[in-house]
This record gives sequence, structure tokens and C-alpha cells, in this order.
Amino acid sequence: MADAQPILQVKDISKRFGGLVAVDQVSLEVHSGEVVGLLGDNGAGKSTLIKMISGVYQPDGGEVFFNGSVVHFSTPLEARTLGIETIYQDLALCENLDATANIFLGREPMRRRLGIFRTIDRGLMLTESRQVLEQLDIEIPNLRRPIRQMSGGQRQAVSIARAVYWNAHLMIMDEPTAALSLPEQFKVLDLVRALRERGVPVLIISHNLQEVFAVADRIVVMRRGRKVGERAKSETNDNEIVSMIVGAEEIKQV
Amino acid sequence: MKATKIIASRSRDRSKMLGPLIGTLSNFWAWIFLLILVAFFSISGPGFFDIFNFQSIGADMSLVLIMALGQTFVIIAGGIDLSTGYVMGLASVAASVAMTHLSPGTPLAVVVLVGLVVGVFAGLIPGLLNGILIARLRVPPFIVTLGMLGIARGAGFILSGGQPVSVNIEGLGQLGNGYLAYYLPNVGLSFFNLPQNLQGVRLRDIVGILPHPLTIMVLLVFICHWLLTQTRFGQHAYAIGGNREASLRAGISVVRHTIAVYLLSALLASIAGVLYTLRFSNGAANAGDALLLDSIAAVVIGGASLFGGEGTIVGTLIGALIIAVIQNGLVIIAVDPFWQFIVVGSVIILAVLIDQARAQVISR
Repeated sequence: MADAQPILQVKDISKRFGGLVAVDQVSLEVHSGEVVGLLGDNGAGKSTLIKMISGVYQPDGGEVFFNGSVVHFSTPLEARTLGIETIYQDLALCENLDATANIFLGREPMRRRLGIFRTIDRGLMLTESRQVLEQLDIEIPNLRRPIRQMSGGQRQAVSIARAVYWNAHLMIMDEPTAALSLPEQFKVLDLVRALRERGVPVLIISHNLQEVFAVADRIVVMRRGRKVGERAKSETNDNEIVSMIVGAEEIKQV
Repeated sequence: MKATKIIASRSRDRSKMLGPLIGTLSNFWAWIFLLILVAFFSISGPGFFDIFNFQSIGADMSLVLIMALGQTFVIIAGGIDLSTGYVMGLASVAASVAMTHLSPGTPLAVVVLVGLVVGVFAGLIPGLLNGILIARLRVPPFIVTLGMLGIARGAGFILSGGQPVSVNIEGLGQLGNGYLAYYLPNVGLSFFNLPQNLQGVRLRDIVGILPHPLTIMVLLVFICHWLLTQTRFGQHAYAIGGNREASLRAGISVVRHTIAVYLLSALLASIAGVLYTLRFSNGAANAGDALLLDSIAAVVIGGASLFGGEGTIVGTLIGALIIAVIQNGLVIIAVDPFWQFIVVGSVIILAVLIDQARAQVISR
């Protein structure tokens, strides 16, 4: 895998907010079919880093390569068009609309009626939604119910299904299980594995060490804006990662 | 994958089953209330339950409902348009002024067309300003349209010189108050025009079928219902009202769409204004003053949420019907007409109370 071209390659990327260096020359690679966990304490720069990848922020230095070519995103939509989907903590769903409407939000399929009228093809939306949810083994009893009436895990599943349906080439998840009950957390992690099986690489941010160890192939640790370590999951353990997160190694050296 | 089943079973939990049930029922309460009203007035008011009375209820409510149709889109998209009443007045004044400036002998069709074009153009200007200020400069809709209410009001009175502009054009009043068809017992039907050469008694026997304002209203109801349920325009109104941020992230052009929604509201208000002029042969800046509250009330009674994201054209139609039936029925049973304000006001508050109760049950 190491010699194959990475889907995402970040080189020496930096972001400053006034005098604060939020991200300081971080490099990172994500390969096809791989789950990368991004760990770090509050304020380590994880969110800022992924916001630069997903087009919310523009980096002050460094470069982002996607499928081998340099990319500059001025809006999240541009990143999305290329296939970088981000699942946000605050759920970018319309709670008043049903699952099918959310999966097709802004990209509703149209069909012609009587030759002139272009109307939304709700039948197609329903069958396609059913299909993608089935592929991901997500069970939502009534697709015509507003999202508002669904559980947090079901909503998260709809977000993920939307990304999969629209052919995400890279999935970024920012604390995807933060607000979920335990069984629902497991389900979301199952979905992350399902994505990997489909060859969609996932970059997952989390506070939760167990969670990252459960799904990630590789773990990247950030501290105070810098990348302080990168380990294959098989070559590390909780203690090592925790000491990287809190900076215990540095303290020992001093 | 065991976890899948757990998620699914959570939603089958009994308290969650209650939500959709009550949600469906509360959409029905307006229907039931309308039926009760009709039943009540039919029993207590002689002449209420009569096809021709229903026809005149339809014609009387047309201006309110046409404005309410546009308001439905605005409210679903998370806004409010307080300016429609005076936009309607401005359009009626502009149409009247334009029509009176035409040389005598201009064909009636041209007169109506000129009135419509000028009226709609005048009404779209405040609509466009509403949209730009709200969508681009992010000024709250309540403030923008309240300001625009004053501006349209002032413009209407300035344009009309403070007085209603009366339009004396041969045949115009007959058209505005005309019917799609006329029926003369023992003679037959004639469309659009009265049968020729009728005098005295026979003229009185003529029955008008489908007054023009009613026909136009029904047509606009169908168009708006189609627009809201079948097109991206309607779908995105729901999306923006539900979650503006999510709509932006999904690539919906929120700014352009919001402007279009306020333009649609102004367009429908302007059409109502021109219809007013055709019907009453004059243009008045305050023609829609009393209709604004009724039109917003119709939308709210119809189940739209003032927080955005909810509402239907059918609901708004029912809301407008409830108001019109109350107004008509109270007159027929000879209740002091001022009571209608109290009754309609109570119904508005009741509608919102029911809406809140529904929201609580669903979110539990």
C-alpha cells in the first residue's frame, strides 16, 4: 500500500489565526481503503486541519494533493464536488425533510411530465435511497418520516448514506459518535468498516481512544498544532498514544 | 450486524409511534373545524348552505387566498412578508393609473393586459428589494418587510394622489365581476358573455356560474400546489426553512432562491391588486390593508410553522376557507360583523396552540 498513490496527501500544511498557529506544518497521507484516526487533545488543531481539507478554511502554507493533483478549495462545495465528503458533528441535515429528501438534497433527480414540466422524481429517490441504505445494512423503517423523528444514529446513518450514494472518494468524520448512545456508536463504527470494505478511505477525528483503536488502521496524533506521531495500529498501544497526546515523552526528555 | 437492529427497534418504541399519529391528526383538525363550521351555519343560517352562496364565498376570499399562497412559500422558507397588503394596494393603484391614461376606445383586452403588466411591475419592485435585503444583507425579514410595508404604502398614496383612482372604462367592471358561464333557464348556457338582447325579467333570471376571481384563484391554487410539491423550487423552500446552513452545504443557491420566494409573494400580491381594480373599478393604496392579517392567518391556521420548514398549499386553502366561512356565516346569522375579528383571532391562537402541542409530542 505504501507505494501506491495516496488518495489524500497533505504536505507541510499550516494555518494561523492572528498570532496563534493552529496547525503547524503538518503532513498526512490517506490511502485507498484505509481508516486513519486523528487524535489529539482539545485545541490540538485536529478540526482546523480537517477544515482545510474539506474547504472550510484555506491553508496559509503547504499543499493538499487529492488523487495526485494539487487542489485549492475556496468553499466546502468545491471539495464535495471532487468527492471529499465531511460528516459534521452538527449534522448537515434538514430535520423537517425525510431521509430520501436529505440524501438527494440539492441534487434532486428530475423527470419530464407531458414533455414540458420538469418535476422531482420522488419514486426514483425512494428506490435509490432504499438501495444505498440496504447496501450499508442500515435499517430505517419509514423513509418518509421527517429526520427530526429519527434517533441520532439513524440521522448519522443517513448522512453517511448520502455521502456513499454520491460516490465519496474520501470521507471525513468529525467526532461522528459524540452525541450517540452506546449501541448507536457501535453501529456508526460498523458503518466506518463498511466504508473501508467498499474502498472508501475514512479520516476520523475522535477523543475516544477505544473507538479509534476499534476501527483505525493508522493513528495520527496531534499536539499543539503539530503532528507528534504516527503509528500503525498493530505497532502501538494505548499507553504510547496517550503519552503522545499529553506530551509525556517530551517531559521525560527534558 | 446486531447494532442495526437496535437502532431500528428504538424507533419502534411506543412513545415514538404516537408522534406520527398525532401529527396526522392535527393536520386534520382544520378540516374537522371547517366541517363543524359549515354544519353549524347550515343549520342556523338559512341560505348559507347554497351552491351560489358557496360561490360567492369563493369570490370573496379570492384576494386573501391569492396573497396567502405567496405568503405560504415565504413562511415555509423561514421568512415572513408583512408588505403584501400594501404591495397589493400599490399594484392596484399603478394598474389603475396606467389604464386611465390609455386613450378611449382601446380594446378591453389591451387595457387589461396593460393594467396587469404595469401593476405586476410596480409590485415586483418592493418584492425584489425585500429579497435582496433579506437574502444578501441578512436583515431580519420581519424588519425588512415592515419597512417595505411603509414604503409601498407611501408610494401607493403618492402615486394615487391620496385618493382612490377610479377607472371608468366601458365593460371593465362587467369583466371584473363577470362569470365563466351564464345559464338562462330554458334557453341554455353561454360562455364569458351575457346572452344578447335580454331585457327586464329575463335578465334577472340569469344564473352566473364561476365568477372570474374564483376561477383565477382556483387556477393559482393548483399552480402553487404543483410548484411547492413537484418542483425543486418548492423542495428547496422547505430545505432552506428547515436548515439554511445544510442547504448551503448541499449546494442550494440559498440567496437566489430566497429572492425568488419574495418575488413570488410580491407577484401574487400584485395579481390580487390588479384583480381588485378589475372588480371594483378603482385603485386604492390601502386596498389590501385589511387583507394582510387574514392572509397570514390563513397560512398559520393551515398548519405552517412560523419557524419555517412546514406548511402546505392545501393547508392554506383550508385556513382561508375557515376565515371566509366565519365571515360569511356570521353575516347570514345576523351576528354583529365585528364579532368575526374576535372569532378569527381566537382561531389563530388556537391553531398555534395545537401546533405547539403537536411539536411537543413529536419531540418527546
